Amino acid sequence: MGASFGRGGATSFLQDLQNSDCIVIQGSNMAECHPVGFQWVMEAKARGARIIHIDPRFTRTSALADHYVPLRAGSDIAFLGGIINYILSNEKYFREYVVAYTNAATLLRDDFVDVDDLDGVFSGYDPETGMYDTSTWTYEGQDEGHSSAGSQRTASGAEADSPGGSRADDAGSGGNGQESEVSQSERGGGHEMGGHGAKLKHAEVHRDETLQHPRSVFQVLKRHYARYTPELVEQVCGVSPEDFLKVCEAVTENSGRERTTAWVYSVGWTHHTVGVQYIRGSAIIQLLLGNMGRPGGGIMALRGHASIQGSTDIPTLFNLLPGYLPMPKVGEHDDLPSYLDTIRSPDQKGFWAEAESYTVSLLKSYWGDAATPENDFAFHYLPKLTGDHGTYQTVMDMLEDKVEGYFLLGQNPAVGSAHGRMQRLAMAHLKWLVVRDLNLIESATFWKDGPEIETGELRTEDIDTEVFFFPAASHAEKDGTFTQTQRMLQWHHKAVAPPGDCRSELHFFFHLGRKIRERLANSTEQRDRPILDLTWDYPVDAEGDPSADAVLREINGSHLTGEKAGQPLKLFTEMKPDGSTSGGCWIYSGVYADGVNQSARRKPGKEQSWVAPEWGWAWPANRRTLYNRAAADPEGNPWSERKAYVWWDAEQQKWTGHDVPDFPADKAPSYRPEQGTPGAAGLAGDDPFIMQSDGKGWLYAPEGILDGPLPVHYEPAESPVRNPMYRQQANPTRQVYPRPDNLQNPSPPEAHAEVFPYLFTTYRLTEHHTAGGMSRWVPYLSELQPEFFCEVSPQLARERGLTNLGWATIVTARTAIEARVLVTERVVPLLIDGKEFHQIGLPYHWGVGGSALVTGDSANDLFGVTLDPNVHIQETKVASCDIRAGRRPTGPALLRFVEDYRRRAGITIETGNTRRTPVASGTPSRAGSTPAELTPAESQED
Amino acid sequence: MPSLSGPLHDPAGDAGWQESQPRKGFFTDTSICIGCKACEVACKEWNGVPDDGFNLLGSSYDNTGSLSASTWRHVAFIEQAATPASNTVSLGMPTTERPGAAMNPESAVDFRWLMSSDVCKHCTHAGCLDVCPTGSLFRTEFGTVVVQEDICNGCGYCVPACPFGVIDRRIGEQGQKNVGIAQKCTLCYDRLGAGNTPACAQACPTQSIQFGDLDELRERAAARVETLHAQGVSKARLYADSPDDGVGGAGAFFLLLDEPEVYGFPPDPVVPTRDLPQMWRHAAMAAAGLLAGAVAAFLGGRG
Repeated sequence: MGASFGRGGATSFLQDLQNSDCIVIQGSNMAECHPVGFQWVMEAKARGARIIHIDPRFTRTSALADHYVPLRAGSDIAFLGGIINYILSNEKYFREYVVAYTNAATLLRDDFVDVDDLDGVFSGYDPETGMYDTSTWTYEGQDEGHSSAGSQRTASGAEADSPGGSRADDAGSGGNGQESEVSQSERGGGHEMGGHGAKLKHAEVHRDETLQHPRSVFQVLKRHYARYTPELVEQVCGVSPEDFLKVCEAVTENSGRERTTAWVYSVGWTHHTVGVQYIRGSAIIQLLLGNMGRPGGGIMALRGHASIQGSTDIPTLFNLLPGYLPMPKVGEHDDLPSYLDTIRSPDQKGFWAEAESYTVSLLKSYWGDAATPENDFAFHYLPKLTGDHGTYQTVMDMLEDKVEGYFLLGQNPAVGSAHGRMQRLAMAHLKWLVVRDLNLIESATFWKDGPEIETGELRTEDIDTEVFFFPAASHAEKDGTFTQTQRMLQWHHKAVAPPGDCRSELHFFFHLGRKIRERLANSTEQRDRPILDLTWDYPVDAEGDPSADAVLREINGSHLTGEKAGQPLKLFTEMKPDGSTSGGCWIYSGVYADGVNQSARRKPGKEQSWVAPEWGWAWPANRRTLYNRAAADPEGNPWSERKAYVWWDAEQQKWTGHDVPDFPADKAPSYRPEQGTPGAAGLAGDDPFIMQSDGKGWLYAPEGILDGPLPVHYEPAESPVRNPMYRQQANPTRQVYPRPDNLQNPSPPEAHAEVFPYLFTTYRLTEHHTAGGMSRWVPYLSELQPEFFCEVSPQLARERGLTNLGWATIVTARTAIEARVLVTERVVPLLIDGKEFHQIGLPYHWGVGGSALVTGDSANDLFGVTLDPNVHIQETKVASCDIRAGRRPTGPALLRFVEDYRRRAGITIETGNTRRTPVASGTPSRAGSTPAELTPAESQED
Repeated sequence: MPSLSGPLHDPAGDAGWQESQPRKGFFTDTSICIGCKACEVACKEWNGVPDDGFNLLGSSYDNTGSLSASTWRHVAFIEQAATPASNTVSLGMPTTERPGAAMNPESAVDFRWLMSSDVCKHCTHAGCLDVCPTGSLFRTEFGTVVVQEDICNGCGYCVPACPFGVIDRRIGEQGQKNVGIAQKCTLCYDRLGAGNTPACAQACPTQSIQFGDLDELRERAAARVETLHAQGVSKARLYADSPDDGVGGAGAFFLLLDEPEVYGFPPDPVVPTRDLPQMWRHAAMAAAGLLAGAVAAFLGGRG
């Protein structure tokens, strides 16, 4: 999202779905996992909208949709690419919108080479590192006026002059699993672009508004997707051309001046090794159809729980600072100017050019008076990244005894993270473990009742980990905000005091910090200054609870000097780079405007407009639909009466409408900046994507994404199906961890893929919450889904002798688990390459332990660790497996059982971990052949 | 004596309430139920109803099975097999569009997953109430039917008297709450008294469960059926709404997308006490006949 539009959040709000003429829900089980938001889908349906659900499983969402399309898990890009091809080849795009508001007309460099010519990889691929040099992907003219072509910081962070001298070499692909320091650090930086538009050197791009130039983005797009035909969609996804065309017709008929279509996704799209590209696929469609920034349009990214959006805005991620500012890297960002230079280029358009103000205000809020212009506002106090410290890397570091302690806050990795066995074994290496949760979750008890105790891999008396369990306060027992799926902050008031020893996170960390500072109070060590100089002065109430209100004020920021000193900022535009303002998260600035907690507003819907701007507060600047300048045509008039939202009022010379305009309020549509004007002033009156370096929506991402400027269909990291499109089987830049404890199932063209002939996918049920910490201890929820089960089709049940309510054992290279069987017609076998293909559904809520009301094997134990290169997200929505009737062996026999599978499949450390698929050496793949037209290019590159 | 069958506009007044409220009820529109079971949970939370056991039933996503003394709202999940249409797609298996709403309506009946939240019907003529010997069951001023747990003696007469199989005695170990006592939905009598919406309707995210004045709900429901018919959902129908049915119309009625039997509802429920006057008449006639015979025999004997 960030790379396509400029911001990493849902582009509209749930209530706006009622205005849609067509809603496509793909990669999301909205009715089950977001039941409250789903009311707006039902409202749209009642108003006559067409609801389409595209998903491997027939869920409660499908039951309510007008049209359900089953597809093979992990094949969505082929489906989306097919729609893009349909739109382009049938001239169904919204031409005026596309020309004016997207980068369709922009010309690319002449040395960019697409995947069709390189057998499944883009130009710049290095098979040794598994990474791209993205310099050939950028726009024509980006090098002009710069002598060091190619040295520009690209999305992967790959610089010719990166520390350590040379580019990372021999890192990883089938090697020893140790990435070089440089490579790790670069991968570590990948996530940041999830948050905002990538930078360009400058916005002087070459355009051909006839869209005819062969190097225009439009023509490149057309060529790139030409092979994504309905027949190919059928071959890859198992979707009939009739079903596929129905979707194409529905979305194109319901887009344009008068009508809009919305796309809804959630973790069914993100938990893949190509997850970012799934989202890019829908972004391209929505830009081509002109649905961005308009009522009833947009892309609704549904977040999985109450404040997951908040946890990226003010992040729990290792590589981000608040407001999507990247975490500085050691060696590269040793001072503030060099850090700022990598966030923004002074010559580009858009609001990121003000990054210095945001960064300095953040530093002022951290270190107050200790942050001065003379010391770079204490920039050197910030910790610097030395490499990848993502959750999976950290777990592997634990196994090597590189990590001593671990805080788990509302997180149950023993059940909820991929490769549960690795998680538990790693935690047994810790010296101490702090678990703060509502209940005694499996991650707090693995040392006495985890599955590895049963198999004998762990012995309680051998585990030295000291586990501290702190009972936590629930949301009703503390003040604070949720930032929910539509970027809206909503304040919740403490209703009752938490029982017993339960305390809020805020309480815990405030007092932990206070105690650490007391211990260090007399320290003269320079290294302790960052802690001692922190502003750590929140007022506390009688129970010792720090004021959440004061924290929100600090986040909002305030004026520090001048006549407004002490006043809260009205908006981030008031932030200054000279240290005269503070603010803990620039995008949240305005939540305490005028000294009022705007997030606590609860004006009833019937007392305000349908947009409800006075309910809570949404970032940025209380805008509910982002990029809403695009709701008007280039001249500033609504595209149609029916879809009027934000428009230019020529009389008053300002933007107005139902929402806060996402545009400089008084910039006329006809405004054209002087050539080379940087920053927000450089935006033209028809540049609706104000966070983008060129003001346009990116059909093609010249920067900012590590695994390709355009989405390409790759198979999941583990798949029994051969990629029919290219020699390249899976994402060539996926993060692999070839280690003995992270073995992968073979996928074609590797041998023995037939040992694991099925795909499985994991998911949540309405009745439980993720790893069960909030639901498996609650009788009213546990009784509704009391046992772990697998869902199989009647056909697969017959094939494997499974019976309803009987037991099944599901096996991967990692382990085998058992589940009760639900045989259901909701799981539909697909026809892939002329053969019946089966998928298995596994909800992942249960875990092995002794404390919960209901327990069971954990579906996440089946997964290995393979990650998306951009955002380090694991592929937990699809993998291959085998299934057989009956219960699994117990104790050490389980290990022998899995070992036998590994032997049969010939699994080694290299299996599935070679990023670049080798040239075929006569090994026939199980699921069909590589199309003939691909073979000539096969040896082109390695 | 209150009436025992047939249409009755004001059951509360009929039961003797001097100042009865407008009759309250539920309209459960199953066409927009998403099967989230929030109603089941909200009901148990508010009313302090215990769990019903942790049993996987293998019956789609339904693991509480049916209404019972410990489940006052119950969501049924019905996986309805497809009727293979002509010209099926090349997948070689049924497609899964819903009828009527389908993009090509000619493609017959596809697989459906029907969901429906069941509840006590709060009948106009309530069999449970009519047979209760202790007066534990009573008609409230809102026209609803409520058990007073401190009066119920657990005789169980009400259990077979309910034509829908709703009310039941709670099973459990002695000492647990209300074991042996007849239990069912109260339409949140305590919340109604405070002017609040019942817990299930309050929790329902899609307004599948609608609460309100029964007259108004019936109008709303009729309009909804018309809309669905216009959209081509020809099998949509109301259930238990008619004052002319065997229970005099229910206070909690439903919009279904298929025959009632599909959802496990009795197609033609009749309150058992409907036949009471007739039975008494027959009994009286029989008694009179016997008496007449005896008299005749006596007189004949004399003559």
